Amino acid sequence: MDFASNITLSALFQQTLVGLSRTTILFIVASGLSLILGVLRIPNVAHGSLYMIGAFIMYSVNLFFGGGQAGFWIAVILSPVAVALISLAVERGLFQHLYEREHLMLLLFTFSITLVFGDLVKMIWGSDYRCVDLPSAFQGFFTIFGFPFPRYNLLLIIIGPVVAFALWFLTNKTRIGKIARAAAVDREMVGAVGINVSLIFAAVFVIGCFLAGLGGALVAPTQNIRQGMDHAIIIEAFLIVIMGGLGNIWGALLGALIFGLTDSIGILVWPQFAIVFPYVVVVIVLLFCPKGLLKSTW
Amino acid sequence: MIKKFSWKALFLGLAVFVLLLFVPRYLPRFQVYLFALIFATGLLAVSLNMVLGLGGMYQFHHAVFYGIGAYTVALFITKTSLSPWLGFIAAPFVSALFSLVIGLICVRLSKLYFGMLQISLGSLVWAVVFRWYSFTGGDDGIHGISVPDLISSTGGAYYFSLAVTALCLVIMFRIVNSPFGRSFQAVRDNPERSEAVGINVKRIQLTGMVIAGIFAGVSGSLFVVIEGSVFPELMFWTLSLEIIIMCLLGGWFTFLGPMLGAAIIVLLRTFVGIYTEYWTMILGIVLMLLILFLPQGVLGFFQEKFETDGMKTIREEK
Repeated sequence: MDFASNITLSALFQQTLVGLSRTTILFIVASGLSLILGVLRIPNVAHGSLYMIGAFIMYSVNLFFGGGQAGFWIAVILSPVAVALISLAVERGLFQHLYEREHLMLLLFTFSITLVFGDLVKMIWGSDYRCVDLPSAFQGFFTIFGFPFPRYNLLLIIIGPVVAFALWFLTNKTRIGKIARAAAVDREMVGAVGINVSLIFAAVFVIGCFLAGLGGALVAPTQNIRQGMDHAIIIEAFLIVIMGGLGNIWGALLGALIFGLTDSIGILVWPQFAIVFPYVVVVIVLLFCPKGLLKSTW
Repeated sequence: MIKKFSWKALFLGLAVFVLLLFVPRYLPRFQVYLFALIFATGLLAVSLNMVLGLGGMYQFHHAVFYGIGAYTVALFITKTSLSPWLGFIAAPFVSALFSLVIGLICVRLSKLYFGMLQISLGSLVWAVVFRWYSFTGGDDGIHGISVPDLISSTGGAYYFSLAVTALCLVIMFRIVNSPFGRSFQAVRDNPERSEAVGINVKRIQLTGMVIAGIFAGVSGSLFVVIEGSVFPELMFWTLSLEIIIMCLLGGWFTFLGPMLGAAIIVLLRTFVGIYTEYWTMILGIVLMLLILFLPQGVLGFFQEKFETDGMKTIREEK
């Protein structure tokens, strides 16, 4: 067993940065999930499917525009928008009739959407692996403190806090965000003062799903796009949300940070069991703080 | 869920059992295999319903105990030189142990938090199994497990599954109607009041989890007999949700409903799978329609139509 044999300062530094870029993806996906859980109280398993669809649309749009700088950015913007439109249709068509159901039913209902979306993706894109090539500006490495570091990962690390700030601004400083937070606490009261809660819920749902699509689009160049990435991400996102505190954006950030870093550092410590480490940490955290690290909105 | 003992039901059950005894004589091998698979899967679904329907607990990761049972038998046969039958005896115990540990950690919480913590613990077990190549075979699993000669043929596997499933169903039925079963149901319907009349809520819930875990382990060991292989997907969370779907499909306020749900899912997967590779989409659509229009399940629906005993009031109270 090559236990902890390849820990060097350089590797540690590099893996930390890799972990931070992974954190960005996890945070973007988990914050959308957390938003929907916190306001709408829906444990949305279909979130992972939307992430996968975002990645596949990213691939197709990027291909359509022939790759390159322009195609890449158009794809990064278009695919979350497309995912948001899909989610709008799902919310208006199906979910708005189900808000009163118990959580278990909602969970199963979103799981049924996952099954349908999974096969739809298989129908449209087939079951081959897909890759998105980075435009030349993001290929190659920066040298940080003498260590090489992929440029794209650095971009991700910058995008993470930007999204976190945008979300904080949206929920705390805008009218719709304030109404949404109020509706999360007492839906009937908000409705009683003459606000159309149904529309607010739709907006929150669409924003949350937009984030899933964005996460999928951003992750596309860093890994193979394939069937099954929906099942992998959703469980991670759920654990992050639970670990951070349901419905708490900063909790999602903290959870994603812990999850991403233990994953990437774990590869150095014990490569074979690297995927086990984040789960161990989640279990330890939940043992001591069963309701998550930060205050949940529930 | 509670159902009084009746001679009619006993007679009906015995008749079905005797009929099933003749299945391998008249049906082709593949269908006999399917029947055996339905028994194992149905036992799993009924065991989940012990906590989900009877106890109202969000057992989101039941497949872990199923997988543990299957892996226990598989590892007993491939890694030790002890009698394989010992593996079948050990499987429920190991599952019960995992159930106890996971249960001890989880029962402090309730509802969605309980379910999510269980999913994280279950995923931890899955991740270890998925990666421990030298012991569990990692993501490949273990194939070509040679079970004892007596039960290695399709017919042998069938009779073994039938006997074990029937025995387990009888035991579970007894448990459901025991004082424990009644208290468990009381805890589901009103935990505060149960606590007030002196029921130790957490202990009842933990016991329920362990019992369900035991039977899930038994059903996992049946899977090894039928399929001759184990793989980590047996404890992946999607399977857990599939079992919940079986309970929902059959109706989780009935005792045998989950069995029916399991049969529907297994048959759907097999026969729709022949015509199209997109069978999960069909399953998804069925599930959607079910939740929208038939939330009490197929068997529950018919019971509501034809019976007017206490079922309805139980449902309304919930």
